Amino acid sequence: MSQQTGTEFWRWQEYHRILPNLKWSDKDIITAGVDVGSVGSKAAVMVNGQAYSWGITRTGSNSPESAKKALDYALADTGLKVSDLKFIVGTGYGRVNVPMANKAITEIACHAKGANYIWGPSVRTVLDVGGQDIKAIKIDETGRVVSFLMNDKCAAGTGRGMEVFADLLQIPIEEIGGISLKVEKEPEPVSCTCVAFAKTEAMGLLRKGWSKEKVLAAYTRAMAVRMANLINRVGLEKELVVTGGQSKNIGIVSRIETILGVKCLPMPNWREGGLDPMVAGALGAASLAKALYEKAQKGRVL
Amino acid sequence: MDLGTQRVQVVVLKDGKIVGRALAMSGFDPTKAAEQAVNEALEQANLKLSNVNHFAATGSALDMAPYANSKVSMMGADAKAAVFLVPKARTIIDVGAEEARAVKCDEKGVMVDFVLNERCAAGAGAFIEAMARALEVKMEDMGPLALKAERASPINASCVIFGESDVVSLIHRQESKPEIARAVYDAMADRVSAMVHRLGINPEVVLVGGVAKDPGFVVSLNRKLGINVVIPEDPEYVGALGAALIAATRVKEDPK
Repeated sequence: MSQQTGTEFWRWQEYHRILPNLKWSDKDIITAGVDVGSVGSKAAVMVNGQAYSWGITRTGSNSPESAKKALDYALADTGLKVSDLKFIVGTGYGRVNVPMANKAITEIACHAKGANYIWGPSVRTVLDVGGQDIKAIKIDETGRVVSFLMNDKCAAGTGRGMEVFADLLQIPIEEIGGISLKVEKEPEPVSCTCVAFAKTEAMGLLRKGWSKEKVLAAYTRAMAVRMANLINRVGLEKELVVTGGQSKNIGIVSRIETILGVKCLPMPNWREGGLDPMVAGALGAASLAKALYEKAQKGRVL
Repeated sequence: MDLGTQRVQVVVLKDGKIVGRALAMSGFDPTKAAEQAVNEALEQANLKLSNVNHFAATGSALDMAPYANSKVSMMGADAKAAVFLVPKARTIIDVGAEEARAVKCDEKGVMVDFVLNERCAAGAGAFIEAMARALEVKMEDMGPLALKAERASPINASCVIFGESDVVSLIHRQESKPEIARAVYDAMADRVSAMVHRLGINPEVVLVGGVAKDPGFVVSLNRKLGINVVIPEDPEYVGALGAALIAATRVKEDPK
């Protein structure tokens, strides 16, 4: 469908950012985290454990290349080179394919640490909605994983599933969440969330006269129900936060809040200098990289 | 009548013998498709609509069935027909276009237990169809193609959406089409066999539904289960046959 109109509705913004208030020198401990996800590759750079810059790019068919591209993007305009980085942690679905990494750590540990870094020690439950899976993670005040649950690999509600939806309904992906909330009355959730069948079922609903908003609302609701169930199974404990690309989908986040009856901690204003929850994994990885570097240095001194 | 998501099948029984059967694409109007198939099947049997004592309907769209005097569950229909065709059948695996299920039954063809792969395209015919499209191969060529493979490359078995991107990356890695096709069937067989194992395997195991006609799937499933499943002739008519057999018992209970 996108070929017909020439618009790629699924395409989300690739960008990089440098936080202005931080300077670095050779004496600083500069570390990086590279999170190669199934859909997006993210890299973050930290100076003495503080977020300094990051880059977000689409994962290509070659994981090592995507890792390099994301890291180059995070380093762009900082004056830093890969050789200035004291320690690099690779994470995400493609973590074994991050060639420059000193160590690979699971994305669950990194998202836990990253959520703790972004929102502080009060976070206890993290819902990470990535490109191809959904995880509910319980963490302690230091950002360590206590327990977690993951869905079966199923595209419903994931970033990839949303991309398919954006194309199907011809709505830019970054607007999907807001548009799904533009219904007077929340429709019943669809009974079948399978993205493969949505291609025909959503079309059927549109033919029946449903508005795009209503179709989106019914699907988004069903996906939020799945996520809320996952959180309930792992055990909801406040504070709750959402990380990963879908944290930007207001339609998903607000419905999870309604279903669970709790508010998530507020989303940082990532468009204007705030930390981006999509980079939580990479930030967590960079933070763990600093701890690992310090541990290694201590060992060397002793 | 078996009103499925893609096709409608009709079987006419006269004194317990199959005298007519027909198939039509469900399309946008399953009711019309069913009427058409009923007419065709009756014509074959040299019968008129008024000669029919009892119409029973089954399938996921059974609420849209015309003429229906009663409803039959899909699991009940599977069990009844499988034991009619294969008397020793105790486990029936039904893989259709959009659903897969496994049914456990007794020697009379009465359903005892079942498991479903409900409305998830992985593990149903829709999976093969989507992968064939990604491979740019006709659906009916997928099976023969897979049988030419010497080995398989693993792909994501649990979601069509991710399976599609896996197939694309295998194409980029220049894996041969037969090997990718085999990977598709192996992935699907994994999923179906996991479902059957939840129910338990009691021989004989009978495979029915439209996908039972796909040699690629049958070979992968047999390899995965470590047994040879029995496939009755015309496995896509099993649902309709089961409904017709149950309709016959309802005529006896409640003669017109």
